[in-house]
This record gives sequence, structure tokens and C-alpha cells, in this order.
Amino acid sequence: MFGYYLDLALRSLKRSRGLTALMVLSIGLGVASCMTTLAVFRAASGDPIPWKSSRLFVPQMGIWQESARNADGEPLDALTYTDAMALMRDHRAARQSAIYAIAPAVFPARSGQHPSTVGGYAVYGEFFRMLDVPFLYGQGWTSQEDAAAAPVVVLSRALNLKAFGGIDSVGRMLDVSGHDYRVVGVTDDWNPQPVFYDVFGSGGFTPEGPGLFMPFTRAIAAKLSNGRTACDKEPTQPGFAGLKQSDCVWITFVAQLDSAAAARAYRRYLDDYAGEQRRAGRFGGKPNNRLRDLPAFLDAEHVVPGDTKVMLLVALGLLVVCLVNTVGLLLAKFLRRSAEIGVRRALGAPRGAIHAQFLTEAGVIGLAGGTLGLGLTWLGMIEIRLVLPPRLAALAQLDGSLLLATMATAVLCTVLAGLYPSFRAARVQPAWQLKSS
Amino acid sequence: MDILPILSTLRRHKLTAWLLILEIALTCAIVCNAVFLISQRLQRMDMPSGVAEHELLQIQVADVLKPVNPYARAQEDLAVLRQVPDVQSVAFSNQVPFGGSSSNGNVLLDPNQPQRTLNATTYFGENLVSTMGVQLVAGRDLRPDDFVDVETALKGLRTGDSKSLPHVTLITRTLAGRLWPGQNPLGRLIYLTPTVGLRVVGVLASLVRPNAYDAATAQYTMVVPVRMGADKSESYIIRTRPQDRARVLGAALAVLKKADPQRVVTTQRSFDEVRSRFFKDDRAMAGILLGVIIALMIVTALGIVGLASFWVQQRRRMIGVRRALGATRADILHYFQTENFLLATLGIALGMALAYGINLFLMLHYELPRLPAVYLPVGAVLLWLIGQLAVLGPALRAAAVPPVVATRSV
Repeated sequence: MFGYYLDLALRSLKRSRGLTALMVLSIGLGVASCMTTLAVFRAASGDPIPWKSSRLFVPQMGIWQESARNADGEPLDALTYTDAMALMRDHRAARQSAIYAIAPAVFPARSGQHPSTVGGYAVYGEFFRMLDVPFLYGQGWTSQEDAAAAPVVVLSRALNLKAFGGIDSVGRMLDVSGHDYRVVGVTDDWNPQPVFYDVFGSGGFTPEGPGLFMPFTRAIAAKLSNGRTACDKEPTQPGFAGLKQSDCVWITFVAQLDSAAAARAYRRYLDDYAGEQRRAGRFGGKPNNRLRDLPAFLDAEHVVPGDTKVMLLVALGLLVVCLVNTVGLLLAKFLRRSAEIGVRRALGAPRGAIHAQFLTEAGVIGLAGGTLGLGLTWLGMIEIRLVLPPRLAALAQLDGSLLLATMATAVLCTVLAGLYPSFRAARVQPAWQLKSS
Repeated sequence: MDILPILSTLRRHKLTAWLLILEIALTCAIVCNAVFLISQRLQRMDMPSGVAEHELLQIQVADVLKPVNPYARAQEDLAVLRQVPDVQSVAFSNQVPFGGSSSNGNVLLDPNQPQRTLNATTYFGENLVSTMGVQLVAGRDLRPDDFVDVETALKGLRTGDSKSLPHVTLITRTLAGRLWPGQNPLGRLIYLTPTVGLRVVGVLASLVRPNAYDAATAQYTMVVPVRMGADKSESYIIRTRPQDRARVLGAALAVLKKADPQRVVTTQRSFDEVRSRFFKDDRAMAGILLGVIIALMIVTALGIVGLASFWVQQRRRMIGVRRALGATRADILHYFQTENFLLATLGIALGMALAYGINLFLMLHYELPRLPAVYLPVGAVLLWLIGQLAVLGPALRAAAVPPVVATRSV
């Protein structure tokens, strides 16, 4: 029966080519603009590590005087060196790492290349396991190497390509900022967005992933300077030593807590620690601690700009307009065919058959519109690359689920749009219809 | 043109007519808000910097090994840069307008007040005002003897020795107006900490913050006489003629490299690039919104074309009868145009209410300002135009229906 309805649908669509083309174009445009905007902003507002984000936590502490605090009452999103070290020492989480951004000069092992600064992070060895960083060769370093501030380094695939021509460079030496470092691992491309482990420094998005990682302890020993610093008061001593002792915050922290009980215990521990520091006179102002899991933290940090949500609304509005448009056109087309329906009903077609026939026709339009929308989405993605800054454009990936969503939306929209006309058309009294024509 | 017959015809197509009205209303509401959002972006992108943007270059270098005396290194670099042909002036600054990365301080009017009055950005560096072409509207510029080395100032902060701290500052007109509304700011004191009191000696017409994310506080700027040593976070700012910029940048990089071949240039750009980079997201957002508006207009136009052609086809007999009874082609044309105008007007009226509703929702949830009434007519005119353009084709086809159709049976 379906084959017959399909044949009927195609014949009917052929009869009014212009109207059919309009409907298909309208759906195609609506779906494409909606999907293109969605592709960008879904990526921007996505969960960077969905399989684990509910078990990753970011401890925050309000440590400054009231006068220096944010107006919205949110504590800082980074820690001082003293506090980060205390949390590392107490080690109350399953895995944890203090993190800070570094940009040392790297002298490539191959001759004939110039030194260049490479952005990366100083982290603890647990960082890689905790955040499931993918490795091409080797692995992260051990906690013994953390403790010994060992000169080891993990390279990104890109830096490994540049410095060693892409070979398995584990065990090789690399000159970083004037010292030899032993390569212990090479990561595969890894640049989760938002950059959840360093929202403080990155602001959320970076076009390039980190180029290298080295032990936090080693970076401190080598006095590798950091990226962003936020201070209440100027450090009382100059240079790196002053920064380490100061109340300036510049270190981010991620902890893995595997159960609600563990999170509760950690929250208690954090409150106790802050209380102790407050009594000792190190922390000013009222207690203001937070321990949020990753999604909650990213939300509170407003990493995803408010615009994104407005854009999603606009895209949704566009889709609604297209839907209304298609309903109008389908309605106009189907209601005109009461004579044909009358004949079919008089010849014994039940209402269900009329529904099926019209829904098939609507579905065909939907599929055609969806296919067109697919092509237009593809064009839209190309335009996005031209218009958007690379750091956002890189996020906009046309993945399989999006493709599926495109098609499903198109067919669903048109079938919904075809439902009412076919419902009305099927109710036409055959006798009345035959008489009037 | 008689409207009543049109209305009575439309009553026979209630559902389709209402759907078209709804579509126009939605489009109108979205277009009004989107145009408003775009104009806000454009307005932000036009934010004045207060500096001679087309004449400035920024260079940042990172030393692989820390220089023994960073102050001497900075002075040497400045000296060689001044030697580059066509360089008019060179400054060394901790930050640049629209540069993003910024140094900020809490401003107090009374050293003992518990809460800061506001947060302002602090520019450090010699020759800054004259090199960047910032206009001084009152008082004087900073003098060489006002300047204090960063490390001396830090030591002064530590020991509480006020002699080794800077004593004066320049502030923008906007900041002065915010701190002392309607009064002469010259000679007044600002405190960055209870021990650092700075006397205002000059007022700048305008100098934007590096982190000008909020237009309200974008001009909260101070210039403090602090001298810095060479470091990767400081910038050399070079002033030259607009047409010489590319050449001067190349020459400047060459002399800096020659002074120390080991160092790495991390930033080299004109201020036009600084601005365009800072507002990149705004431009992108405006571009996407524009794309969405165009798509929306096309879809709506297609809807109107489709429905109008359908109605024309359906009413061929009626048109034929009217023609046979003496209606001219123009009458038929006007009939369909008026019909579309009526539908569009209804849609626009609904759309305006909807536009305000959407704006209220956005204001409530996304901190957007109120939609100025001026955007409503913009949306209305756009939709009327779209409607008339879209209906023109079908209406012309209707006008071409010959009177003889009336005599044929369907």
C-alpha cells in the first residue's frame, strides 16, 4: 500500500511543481539555519567530558576582604599557591591536580628550526588519568616524579610532529626554556571545549590545545612564569617568590570525587580548611566556599556567553516560522483536493487510508526538504568558518547525530504539518464533495 | 479600494489566512529583536579608544633567558626602536587599549573606606599619553621625575615608605565625572590601597580599558607613573604614519631581533588588528544574526508567494467574472496587493506586541536592554516591503487572467 501512496504523492507533487518547490525550500532553509546555529552553539555550550563531568569537582574559596570580592558573591575560580599546595598535600580526593598555564620557549631537537614559545600546563601526574587524556605514545609521569620535580615532559601530537617529526619520541630529550627534559609521553589531539580545567586563565575557549605538560613541582622549581594572575594586594615581594607567598590567585584545581559521600566529605574538609585559615588570619571576609561539579561550575562561571542562548532562541524561532509556513502551504494544497478525496472515499477508501496517503505525501516533502536542508547546512558550516573566529568555528562540527537530527526534524515537522490538513481532508463528506464538483 | 469584499473572501480561508498572519507576526517579532541585537553589536564595535589607532603598532617579545637588568634592556630596546626610520614616538606599556589582558586596581576615595568605590584599569609606562595620541584636556602630562621603578614601588608598598611610591596619576574625563560629579578633579586624591595615594594632575579626554567588556566602565582608566623592565607581558607601542606601518613594523622587529637574537616575538600587530581582534565575537554574532534575518525573510516571502499563487489559482473563475463585469487588470492587481497589505498589517500589529513580549523575556533572563520603539517601524516597513514584493508575481498572474475564463465551467 505504501508504494501506491508514494506513487500518488509523487504524482500530486508533480502537478504543482512551484508549490512543492516552495515547501521543500522553506523546510530546507529553516532546518539548515536552525541546525547551523545549533551546531555552533550546542558545541559551545556542551559538556567537555560528558562521561565523567559529574565526578569532577572544582574547589573554590573566598579568601579576600569583602571590598575586593566580586559583586555577584561568587568566590574566585583559582587558588593561591599556598592553598593549592595544602589541598595537594592533604590529598582528600581520589585524584586531583593543581594546574597552571605556562608558555616556555622550546628549542626543537631538529636543527634549522627556531625556538618558539609553546603554551602548555604545569600539572600533577594524576591529571592525565583523571581527565582521560588520550596518549599516542608513552603515558603521564608517576607520583615519584612529581615529588622529585623531575625534568620530564608530555608533548602534544602537534609539538611532537614539530620537534621530532612525529616519531615515538618517548625517552628523547627536549630543550625547554634552557633545560633538558625527558619526553615520557605524547598525547593525541586533545582540546576539550570549554577549557574546563583552566576557565580562570583561558576564559573558556582556546583554538589550540595545550602543547606540552610538565610536572607542577618542576615548573615551580624552574620558576616558569604563569599566565593570568588576580590579586587583591600587590605581592609583598617581587618576582616568582613573591607570587608564591602572596594572596594572589593563579592556580586552578580539579578533583575527582566518585560518590556523593566523597563530595560531602570533601566539602566538609574544604570548609574546615578555610575556617582554620580564617582563624589564622590568612583569609579575610565571610566564609564563601564552593565545591561544584563540572557542569554546575561551568554554568556558574558563565563560560557560555549569554548570547549563545539568545542565538538558540533565534534559531528556534526560525524553525517555528518555517513550520508555520509549511503548515500553511500544505493546508492550502491538501484542502484543495477535496474532490479527489470525495472520489476516493466514495470508492470505499477508509479515513485511515486518506490519512496514510496524505502523511506519505507530507513525509516525501519532509524528506526532500531535509535533504535540501542537509546540503544547506553544509553550506552554512562553510560560511560559519568564514564568519566565526576560529576558536568558535573549530567547535562547529557537523557530526552524525546532527545529521540525523536534521533529517528527523524535517520529516517530523512536515508530518505534523500534514496531520491537520489530512485530518480535515479525511472528514470531508464524500456525497457533499461529489455533488458540489 | 473596497476592503469589505476582500475581508469576506478571507473569511472563507480563515485557517490559512491566520497561519500567514501568524508567520508574519513571528517574523516581525524576531526581525525587530534581531535587528536590535545587531545594532547593539555594531554600537559596541564602534566604542572609542581615545588613541590614534591608525598610527600605532604593538610588539611583544619574550626573552628565553631573563635579562640581567630588565630596566636597562627596556631602555636599550626603546633607544634602538626610536632609531628606526619614520618612527615618531615609542612607549613601553604594561597593556594596550582593547588588548584584553589588563592590570586593574580598586579605587578608594577615602583610605579607610571598607568597600572599593570602583575598579579601574591602570596603565603604566613612560611616554604613553603622547605616543598613543591621547588628548589631555586639563592639567599636565606625567613628567620623567614622576616615575618610579616597579620594584622600588613594590618595596615601598611592603615597607610603607611612601617616598618610593608614585604620587600622581592621570585619569579619564569619564572616571573624573564618576568620582567627583561636576567638580574639578585636578589636585584631588585617589587611593589604590590605604597607603598609595595618588594626586590627579591631568585629565584625559578618553582612554579605553584593555578589558572593555562593559561599555559603562570602559573608560574607567588611570595612567600611573610606574616604569617597568623588559618582560613578556609588556608591550612596545610605536607611533608612525598610517602608510608606513607595515615597513616600520618589519624594521622594528629586525632591530629588536638584532639586539637579542635569542628572543621570541610573541605579538606583532597594528592597532587596527588589536581592535578587530577584540570585537571579533561581536562581528561574528552580528554576521550570524544577519544570516538568520535573511533566511527568515526568504522563508516568509516564499510562504506569501506560495499562498498567494494558490489563492490566485483558486479564484481564477472569480477573477474572470470580475474582469467580464468590467474590472481592469489594475483592479485585480490592486485587489491582491491590498489583500496582502491587510494580512501583513494584521501580522505586523500582532508581531509588535510579540516583539515587546520577546524583548521583555530577554530582558528578564539575559540582561538585555529594552527594545527602543524605533525598531518596531523598521520591522514593520521591512515586512510590508517583503509582502508586497512577494505578492507581486502572483498578483500579476491574476491580472493576466482573461475575462473569458468566466464563461468556462471548471
